[in-house]
Amino acid sequence: MSLELTDVTLTYPDGDSRLTALDRVSLYVPEGSLTAVVGPSGSGKSSLLAVAATLITPDSGTVRVAGRETAGLGRGELSALRRSRIGIVFQQPNLLPSLTAAEQLQVMARIDGRPKAAARERARELLDAVGLAGQADRRPHQLSGGQRQRVNIARALMNDARVLLVDEPTSALDRERGAAVLDLITELTHRTATATVLVTHDPHHLAGADQVVRVADGRLTTQGTPVG
Amino acid sequence: MYVAWRDLRFAKGRFALMGAVIVLITLLVGLLSGLTAGLGQQNISAVTRLPADRIAFAAPAGDEELSYASSVVREEQWQRLGRADGVRSAEPVGIASVRAAAGDRHASVAAFGVRPGSGIGPGDVREGEIALTEPAAEELGVDGEGEEVAVAGREFTVRVIEGDDAYSHLPVVWTHLADWQHLAPGAAEGGRSATTATVVAVDADPGALPAADRAAGTRTVTTGDSLAAIGSYASENGSLQLMRGFLFAISALVIGAFFTVWTIQRAGDIAVLKALGASTRGLLTDALGQALILLTGGTLLGTALAAGIGALVSGSAVPFALAPGTVLAPAAVLIALGALGAALSVRRITSVDPLTALGSAR
Repeated sequence: MSLELTDVTLTYPDGDSRLTALDRVSLYVPEGSLTAVVGPSGSGKSSLLAVAATLITPDSGTVRVAGRETAGLGRGELSALRRSRIGIVFQQPNLLPSLTAAEQLQVMARIDGRPKAAARERARELLDAVGLAGQADRRPHQLSGGQRQRVNIARALMNDARVLLVDEPTSALDRERGAAVLDLITELTHRTATATVLVTHDPHHLAGADQVVRVADGRLTTQGTPVG
Repeated sequence: MYVAWRDLRFAKGRFALMGAVIVLITLLVGLLSGLTAGLGQQNISAVTRLPADRIAFAAPAGDEELSYASSVVREEQWQRLGRADGVRSAEPVGIASVRAAAGDRHASVAAFGVRPGSGIGPGDVREGEIALTEPAAEELGVDGEGEEVAVAGREFTVRVIEGDDAYSHLPVVWTHLADWQHLAPGAAEGGRSATTATVVAVDADPGALPAADRAAGTRTVTTGDSLAAIGSYASENGSLQLMRGFLFAISALVIGAFFTVWTIQRAGDIAVLKALGASTRGLLTDALGQALILLTGGTLLGTALAAGIGALVSGSAVPFALAPGTVLAPAAVLIALGALGAALSVRRITSVDPLTALGSAR
């Protein structure tokens, strides 16, 4: 249940021409491993994440999420794939202001049509796993920045995601809280056997990665273990 | 509805404010509807309760409109109508606004002249007698049968006090047609024949009417259509219905505007939910459900208030008609139009791009 991008090219309209965001990118992230993607602003990190999240269809190349080829899938099928197989940890927590921490997780089960009782139990387990067992009934404005980001991570795992896409999760946190969040992502990746992609610009975040991928001008170079 | 219910609870102030607006609009529409129906009854109830499905007028000359005020039907006309094929009955009805007096009390009344045995009005009224409606009796201070009342200067004995029929905002006094022909305006000056009426209450097969009208020199319309020939009713009802129509339109616009702003404010949350895999259909259902809850709750409360106020003022000088048609029908229209306004507003959910949930754009 891995993530696999093969020869992916993505361009955006730029006036009369097109800007190449990803240039024949290939990336293989096996299950239970964490791949860190680093690079300067505008290098293509976010585009890579958006393609992997099925939020953008690339101009060419193939994307295979948890064994499923995404080319040719309709909007509804892509939504179903995202809610059942892909977990997204946003840069900002992006929590819904009207929901408590537990409800932020349970809403994921609702949109996937999962049973209520099982969803409540799963949310309780995940909040416990991210150290928020006592904060389940708190709304976002009653949580600290680090706690909100932990809810964000737990939400991404609510529907047993096989692919976890993490977008600069520590940008709004101080170093100590950021390190704690990264430790949590690393631990959850190995414990839940997800194929995790962590987009970051901070070199301190690379320690726990199984492979490190550098992006520059839409192209990939690698450090650490080889890239497929 | 998972997020919708929680939004309603979380943003209580905003939804309470919008709910209050819906309550007030519904209250206004409910009161206006009750008032429209009440005023309408004061205008037309004596006509709509006639035991006939059609009214024949004297055919107006040229381009003139039908009018109860100017129609004069001669005896030979209603007799020809009554003899025509397909016409089951044709009963002359005289209608005139006159002054009535009992002791030192005076009142304007609508004198309706009918023939005994016609089945029109409260039983048979013989010559020299009248039947008073309860409002007429109250205005004239008449307590019971046998009292004397002067109508257009002629003395009559009250045979019965019954009903609340009204015509052109005047309480009705039922008379024998022969008496009516003497007290109708113009009779004393010889302007009217002694054998005329205002209209004819007709019960007939619709297909037979064109030929019958040609033969009798009349024009027959349905009772409902004939109401436009009551001048005061047409203008008054038209004005009130216009106000009601504007209120319906305003309510749809206000609700649409509220949900447009609400949806724009929620665009970030919608993008997140879409990025996490929520279907657009599910999000639309959630938003529409939220709008319907607000609309239904506000409308029911406003309707209950309108019905309560209507019940309080019914029977007083305020002509308020409290009936399911006057209270529930506008509520249903408000909900339908509000839902339409909300549907057009939340439609923009379909255009929210989930990609905006990624990155630091939010």
